[in-house]
Amino acid sequence: MNNPYIVLPVIFQLFIAVLLMFSWNSKNIQKLISVTGSLIALVISILLLVKVNTEGIQVMQAGGWAAPFGITFVADTFSSLLVLLTAIAGLAVSVYSVGSIRNARVKFGYFPIFHLLIMGLSGAFLTGDIFNLYVWFEIIIISSFVLLTIGGEKAQIEGAIKYVTMNLLASVIFLTAIAILYGLTGSLNMADLSLRVAKIENRGLVNVTAVLFLVGFGIKSAVFPLYFWLPASYHTPPPAISAIFGGLLTKVGVYALLRVFTLIFVPDAFLSTVIMVLAIFTILSGGIGALIQNNMRKVISYLIICHIGFMLAGLGVYSSLAIAGAIFYLVHDIVVKTNLFMVSGLIFKFKGTYSMRLLGSFYKEHPKLSLLMAIPLFSLVGIPPLSGFWGKLLILQGAIEQTNILVVVFVILGSFLTLFIITRMWSEVFWKDGPELPEKKHIKYFNALKPLKRRAMIGSILFLSLISLGIGFGAEWVMRLSIKIGENLMDPTQYIQAVLGN
Amino acid sequence: MYAAGIYMMLRRSLVKLIIGLILLGNGANLLIFLLGKIVKGQPPIIASSEKMLGELYADPVPQALILTAIVISFGLQAFAIILVKRAYKVVKTDDLDEMNATDEDL
Repeated sequence: MNNPYIVLPVIFQLFIAVLLMFSWNSKNIQKLISVTGSLIALVISILLLVKVNTEGIQVMQAGGWAAPFGITFVADTFSSLLVLLTAIAGLAVSVYSVGSIRNARVKFGYFPIFHLLIMGLSGAFLTGDIFNLYVWFEIIIISSFVLLTIGGEKAQIEGAIKYVTMNLLASVIFLTAIAILYGLTGSLNMADLSLRVAKIENRGLVNVTAVLFLVGFGIKSAVFPLYFWLPASYHTPPPAISAIFGGLLTKVGVYALLRVFTLIFVPDAFLSTVIMVLAIFTILSGGIGALIQNNMRKVISYLIICHIGFMLAGLGVYSSLAIAGAIFYLVHDIVVKTNLFMVSGLIFKFKGTYSMRLLGSFYKEHPKLSLLMAIPLFSLVGIPPLSGFWGKLLILQGAIEQTNILVVVFVILGSFLTLFIITRMWSEVFWKDGPELPEKKHIKYFNALKPLKRRAMIGSILFLSLISLGIGFGAEWVMRLSIKIGENLMDPTQYIQAVLGN
Repeated sequence: MYAAGIYMMLRRSLVKLIIGLILLGNGANLLIFLLGKIVKGQPPIIASSEKMLGELYADPVPQALILTAIVISFGLQAFAIILVKRAYKVVKTDDLDEMNATDEDL
């Protein structure tokens, strides 16, 4: 089964990026191409998901080389769902950037690099080859480096140094793990590896490799105790860039963890305990870190860490129900985190500050916008029927089923921490009577923007809020999908058969 | 090389950080090379009269992997060096302990 169309989401983003480079000097054409391109990419990825959902796993062997030898691209339900989410977040951020990114940044090639980043993300989700995954990771990090530093403010550069160092370190560890794995098995194809790793007798070395993968992906997905680069860098770039980072970059690490630890390595008792303990500490440190922060964007950064812990807990419990919960939560989290960073950016455009101490009375001044912003905030907490509730419910069900009380306790504790943080944010930013803020000269306030830009910013937030409402109210459909993915991940024979074709 | 690289990264100086990263990258490349089981053998070309590789042959995959990894790490290191130079200009220090602006409460 060789279906070359599954790489279309990847190729198309490259095409847009190249097209954008041709119109380097014209900002308006770039914005137009970026938005229409993202829209078409969204349609492509919807078609891909529908096709995979009806016809089963689609495979593409690059250059026609049969499975264990060539590079394979695989679109199963999990990867195509994530490609769809990438396209959704990409569209929203692209529209948001039209409103919020300053022209100086557009001149330095913001849009082409943004699309290269989306290309890297889609590629990482679709590939079925472990070394190819490494290459996609590199594409992602190099474009994220550029996006992070573009503009070159002092805080940005400092954040970037920490970010670059940690990510390069993660890549080296990942590469080392691939090297050892290749030495052990002589294969790079993930489906083939799954068969071969199971046969290796030297379990000690296999476990060492697994831990190396855990560390490498752990740095990327900001797992305790490797997360310190995240709150140091995510609040420094403009909000549109933070949005795409917060929504997708850490999640690609989570995707890789879920994929590698279900397909290639099956965690034994020791490894699942390690993952579980890491998850618990991630939830705690993220939640407590968010409590003491005052900068809105830093609070959201710490909340990312806290919720990565939830997904990791799903993997640590290791039953198909818990993994389904982790996937549902992943879906919800991508949409909501992207949206929250955009919301914080919009508030900044009104008020000129991110400090919760200085902000206030937003509800009094802009009641309609506040109601809109309440949707992502409270679906993050998971008040039913908003989207965060269902994912947590599935993880908890899975954990109770496996009588894993520790995970149950800490996931609930993490939810309460989130609830407390979000209510604090709500009362500080929206309800409290804020002091009059002095006008700052170097900031372009919202009311000074052109109407088109204003609509772009609010429209993209509205779009993502509607999607997260949709996930909440149409939860049955998403839940069925994630349970199916959970079952497929726990039992990878289908995947292996589709790739190796026997 | 790994040890030297990590030692360098733990120093406070930015330049040493870069050197550490370069050493680590090269260490990983050598590791791929070693674990690909170096043998003295024929190039892996199947003669037209046969169907399988007969004699001892050199595995080409690790070489391809290293080539890719070298190119990638080269690009990233170039970026990192420019970033460090820029950071030195903007922050006016090369001491990592003094880079705390991102932790300040805004």
